[in-house]
Amino acid sequence: MVKVNGELLPVDGKTLAEYLETSSFDIRRIVIERNEEIVPKSAYNDVVLQNGDSIEIVSFVGGG
Amino acid sequence: MLPSRDEWQRVLIERHGEQLQEKLSKAAVAVCGLGGLGSNIAVSLARVGIGRLILIDFDKVDITNLHRQQYKAVQIGMDKTVALAANLSEIAPYLTVEVHNVKIKKDNMYDLLNNADIICEAFDRAEEKSMLADGIFEMMPDKYLISGSGMAGLGSANLIKTRKVTPHFMICGDESSDISDGMGLMSSRVMLCAAHQAHAVIRIIAGKTDF
Repeated sequence: MVKVNGELLPVDGKTLAEYLETSSFDIRRIVIERNEEIVPKSAYNDVVLQNGDSIEIVSFVGGG
Repeated sequence: MLPSRDEWQRVLIERHGEQLQEKLSKAAVAVCGLGGLGSNIAVSLARVGIGRLILIDFDKVDITNLHRQQYKAVQIGMDKTVALAANLSEIAPYLTVEVHNVKIKKDNMYDLLNNADIICEAFDRAEEKSMLADGIFEMMPDKYLISGSGMAGLGSANLIKTRKVTPHFMICGDESSDISDGMGLMSSRVMLCAAHQAHAVIRIIAGKTDF
């Protein structure tokens, strides 16, 4: 199981890119934190989610 | 008559303490986007005595900006970089300002931002906010980034917060009220978010790590 924004999901074994495709997150508006570091978008195809991982997906909103 | 540089520095030291003022005076901070967030962040940082501000925007001052941005009616039509630099020089005459009249993209980001210690994201669009964070942490992971997300509308002032996502990445705002929901931007709430961002910059420079 992988904790995504505090919720346990059975997505271990998937890459970040594969998980994001099944989710409602808009890849153009997010950043992903894993182990206190931001994962660059160029690595989404390579990062495989492991059992016990905890990630945070931050969705930006517009206005400034 | 304009006070001398020494007198200016003496007053800042008197207010902030010598140790902190020395750190502030040595710091270089980039402000990406000079709208409601960026222009207010820049004014705060200029007043506090930051050494160098790097101001980046490609836009011109428009009448629709004046309800929340730190420009004047007589500056409509001017480049925001030029107009803000002029306003800051009246507020803090010994501040060093570097301006770049360009749109920030992945391919110019490193050159524009590599000399900054701390970067404030002050864009309008969520996609641009995401693009900047992605580029910075891919190319310059040792930088600090302070983003603004969620300050539109009439929601409570108390919902605007500073949140530490990683030790080098803070987000200020309520992270939910989106300008695209048509709720508009109030100068007061935008200033609150900008003040959170400017204050995060000052706290990082002061060596604070609790957010």
